[in-house]
Amino acid sequence: MGMARAQGRPAGRSFWGRAAALAATGLLGTATAATVANAAGVGQPVPWQMDLQRPVTEVATEIYNFHHLLNWIMLVIVLFVLALLIAVVVKFNEKKNPTPSRTTHNTMLEVAWTIVPVLILVAIAIPSFRVLRTQLSDPKADLMVKVIGHAWYWSYEYPQDVGGFKFDANLLEGEDQVKSGQPKLLATDNEMVVPVNKIVKIQVTAADVMHSWAMPSFGFKIDAIPGRLNQFWFKADREGTYHGQCSELCGQRHAYMPITVKVVSEQAFQAWTAEAKTKFARTDGGAKFADAR
Amino acid sequence: MAHAATAGHDHAHDHTPPFFQRWFNSTNHKDIGTLYLLFAFSAGIVGAFLSFGIRMEMEQPGLQYFSNPQTYNVFVTGHGLIMVFFMVMPALIGGFGNWFVPLMIGAPDMAFPRMNNISFWLTVAGFMSLACSLFVEGAPGADGAGTGWTVYPPLSTAGHPGPAVDFAIFALHLSGAGSILGAINFITTILNMRAPGMTLHKMPLFAWSMLVTAFLLLLSLPVLAGAITMLLTDRNFGTTFFDPAGGGDPILYQHLFWFFGHPEVYIMILPAFGIVSHIISTFSRKPVFGYLAMAYAMVAIGVVGFVVWAHHMYTVGLTLQTQSYFVFATMVIAVPTGVKIFSWIATMWGGSIRFTAAMHWAVGFVFLFTVGGVTGVILANAAVDRYLHDTYYVVAHFHYVLSLGAVFIIFAGVYYWFPKMTGRMIPEWAGKLHFWLAFIGANVLFFPMHFLGLAGMPRRYADYPDAFAGWHYVATMGGHIFALGMVVFVIGVVIAFRSKERAADNPWGEGATTLEWTLSSPPPFHQYETLPVIVDEPSHAH
Repeated sequence: MGMARAQGRPAGRSFWGRAAALAATGLLGTATAATVANAAGVGQPVPWQMDLQRPVTEVATEIYNFHHLLNWIMLVIVLFVLALLIAVVVKFNEKKNPTPSRTTHNTMLEVAWTIVPVLILVAIAIPSFRVLRTQLSDPKADLMVKVIGHAWYWSYEYPQDVGGFKFDANLLEGEDQVKSGQPKLLATDNEMVVPVNKIVKIQVTAADVMHSWAMPSFGFKIDAIPGRLNQFWFKADREGTYHGQCSELCGQRHAYMPITVKVVSEQAFQAWTAEAKTKFARTDGGAKFADAR
Repeated sequence: MAHAATAGHDHAHDHTPPFFQRWFNSTNHKDIGTLYLLFAFSAGIVGAFLSFGIRMEMEQPGLQYFSNPQTYNVFVTGHGLIMVFFMVMPALIGGFGNWFVPLMIGAPDMAFPRMNNISFWLTVAGFMSLACSLFVEGAPGADGAGTGWTVYPPLSTAGHPGPAVDFAIFALHLSGAGSILGAINFITTILNMRAPGMTLHKMPLFAWSMLVTAFLLLLSLPVLAGAITMLLTDRNFGTTFFDPAGGGDPILYQHLFWFFGHPEVYIMILPAFGIVSHIISTFSRKPVFGYLAMAYAMVAIGVVGFVVWAHHMYTVGLTLQTQSYFVFATMVIAVPTGVKIFSWIATMWGGSIRFTAAMHWAVGFVFLFTVGGVTGVILANAAVDRYLHDTYYVVAHFHYVLSLGAVFIIFAGVYYWFPKMTGRMIPEWAGKLHFWLAFIGANVLFFPMHFLGLAGMPRRYADYPDAFAGWHYVATMGGHIFALGMVVFVIGVVIAFRSKERAADNPWGEGATTLEWTLSSPPPFHQYETLPVIVDEPSHAH
């Protein structure tokens, strides 16, 4: 579904996105960037990565393409300024040009370097607002999950219609981590499991200090704030295991409360909820927001 | 202006007071400026030591030097607070501002010399309070405030029951009070004590930049003072401004903090804008291109800088409309900033440029500030900031505009004005070698942080997944190169003081047209006993 909608966008835009991506990686001067971006590491960073993580939701894809467009524009601006500076250094040093000019005004030029940036910014603002609107749209949810940040772990509550249970997700450390084959500092003992191609809405709050629930490959970051209930949505279009990390300074073990989401097929999700119902603590009367002080 | 009154005094009056009176009870703007510069350098060493600790820890994944990650958070917090409040601000505003605003506008001293003295000592007292905070308990079982320089509650309230955060808050209160008094002093001096004939539109750009900066300080610091006072009462007296349990809201603090915090970044960079304009004009032997546009671009940046604060808060759950407004307003700032960048290049265009050490730093600044500026435009877009917020991309961005922006111009200013301040010359080779080490070092240090941020590395992490190790290693190597540059700087200063060479009144030639170059090097203890009169001087406005 996400892919279908992505293809439905105007062809020009995806061309620009791709052109910008190529230009950006090419001009950054490393052949490795392109190969790294296409490497296997979906859902987690890879060594020497120079680009955004591979997007697996529509929102993340839009961020990915828009960022590459921006990167390309900014690269042109920086190279333009650099070229002017090099020209100045080469042409107007005291050896080449012993007599300085006294020019201090050029109305046309001054108008131009005011108007042209305005036009560039307008050109940026139009896609920017479009992507922002998609992110903050409020589509009808197929599944709601409540996420609570604690110092220093995350807990998840699933609503009554899928079984009504809650569990904590702690960092997978030491031998457990090695045995799991999951990356260090990114994996948790229990994962948040969601079905593929379904709109999942999460409601985020915190029990003690602020935290932030971030999932780079979903293009997703929302602060977990005591006393507030923040809401955001994603629709992952690829099965897999995805990793994120707490992104708001929360004290001693800030770096040790990762986020792991497993995106699975509808059948596997049904099987997981059936098992989770017996494995995890029940929530009485559905997920409550009792922790939101 | 009573310039006739000074005519009766002669040069025998120009004696310096004894040591203690001169340096501890000083009311002389140049001595206070020197004190500020020495203080900024000392605090900068402490801040650099903390960043060295950060970089050493980040060189490899795992915990190498910090057995308790909370101590790492304390280092990050200390580094941020010290570099912002006790290094960049004292150097640019207290140091160069005190030294050169009166000299450039033809004033004998600041308007309130005694208030100038208390401004400085309040800053020192603030630094002492911050130093104390490092050695008392903050979070349970760990010394120091590990809240980040933003001091967000509830981490700074419930998360830090010990007194370390109180000491940090007092540090900000004291240095903030010092800065407010300093701002009042600058505004009064600039508006009332310009030499006869120097209209605002003939005033040197550094004085303009200090005027705008002083207004930003005056309007934003009281908001910070209010916010941290509320934090203090939340911590100690049972109020609940920021505690939802009592009807408060942590987001209120963020709005108040960033209403100060965003103007604060312009407070740090605007004086640098002023200084770089003079350096580029001097060594290009050309007047500043588009003087009035340069001045009013700074005014525009200052004004718009007050209405963009929530771009630091895109992920807290603001509505679509709110985020859209802050995206729009933030991008507007790129326009006056672009005017400044292009005007600096146009000033050099057609010039006869002498590439002195100071000019190296100035040209390097123009390029690196552009890099930091464009990543700022990228971050301004809430849609992309959703991904990049609180990652190393932000760390890269603000170090490009501050560490490679403001700090580069602090060094540019030192190399430019050192002869005027001391009457001695730092050897040019030292300044140029220092520049190249700093330029290469800082880029190797901070450019890879863009990649780390794009790959998803969050800020303020003592430990990180193995995938991030490569670029962190490169960044730490860059840090070592930058540190080597600092050694060259110190050697250059030592050589300057040991050498017999003395600086001419104007060592930079005909391009240096501002008033300070008409005085001796160093200037007399009291200058302009007869006020200079500005005739319709053509260098700036025609």
